[in-house]
Amino acid sequence: MYQQPYPGGFWKGHASLTEETTELKLPSSIEAINDAASAAADFVKRSGLGDDAAYGVDMAVREAVTNAVLHGNRQDETKTVEVEFKDSPSAIEITIRDMGEGFDPGSVPDPTDPQNIMKTSGRGILFMRTFMDEVEWSRHPEGGTVVRMVKKRVKE
Amino acid sequence: MAELNIRERQAGDITVLDMDGKITIGEGSVALRVAIRRLLEEGKKKILLNLGGVGYIDSSGIGELVSSYTAINKEGGQLKLLNLTQKLQDLLGITKLLTVFDVYDNESDALGSFK
Repeated sequence: MYQQPYPGGFWKGHASLTEETTELKLPSSIEAINDAASAAADFVKRSGLGDDAAYGVDMAVREAVTNAVLHGNRQDETKTVEVEFKDSPSAIEITIRDMGEGFDPGSVPDPTDPQNIMKTSGRGILFMRTFMDEVEWSRHPEGGTVVRMVKKRVKE
Repeated sequence: MAELNIRERQAGDITVLDMDGKITIGEGSVALRVAIRRLLEEGKKKILLNLGGVGYIDSSGIGELVSSYTAINKEGGQLKLLNLTQKLQDLLGITKLLTVFDVYDNESDALGSFK
């Protein structure tokens, strides 16, 4: 197990021969979105995913952390966003937890519906679903929303 | 280095913005918004965004493009896009915005299309 201080939070992780986990605890700020994306890029590089998959993971992590910061924690910097990256032989799994009131993905209108196309927001979930193989939301037992995203390894 | 660099040039009454970097939530999206707002204040309403140097854009950046398009149209102007990367074309396809934006891969064609 290794752990290092992180501005406004921390990151820690552990690795074994078959699985590696990295955890981040981030403040609810716009800057934290870039920090999460950087951590995702490092993690994906270590995991050996290809460039296309790396781009998709980067996009999905940015969108999920953006949702957590803006809509979950409403940029309240006393609340944190927890991000966990897990690498296994079959897939990488990313979970992001906020400390918000809860979220119903079904309540978000389809941004590709003609009446919504010219809206200036509401496309983040579409991108998460487009670029990841699995995306699901749940309520954390201690509060907040957890989004779990999976990118499967493609066998060459 | 700034997240998004924007260079402005004139081609007749058309303003071309050559953009280089990322249009993501925060600095990049704000830089685009400020640039478009300033052009409209200066009465420059025919705007061509050269996005050839933009390698990354997130949903906030896409939202900013939509917002720019709406703001310029509202003032009776036109916004067109030039030199989209494949990734940006894909994102506009996924969001069905390729049907909204006027997109070119050749600058002289783009300039000639303004009314």
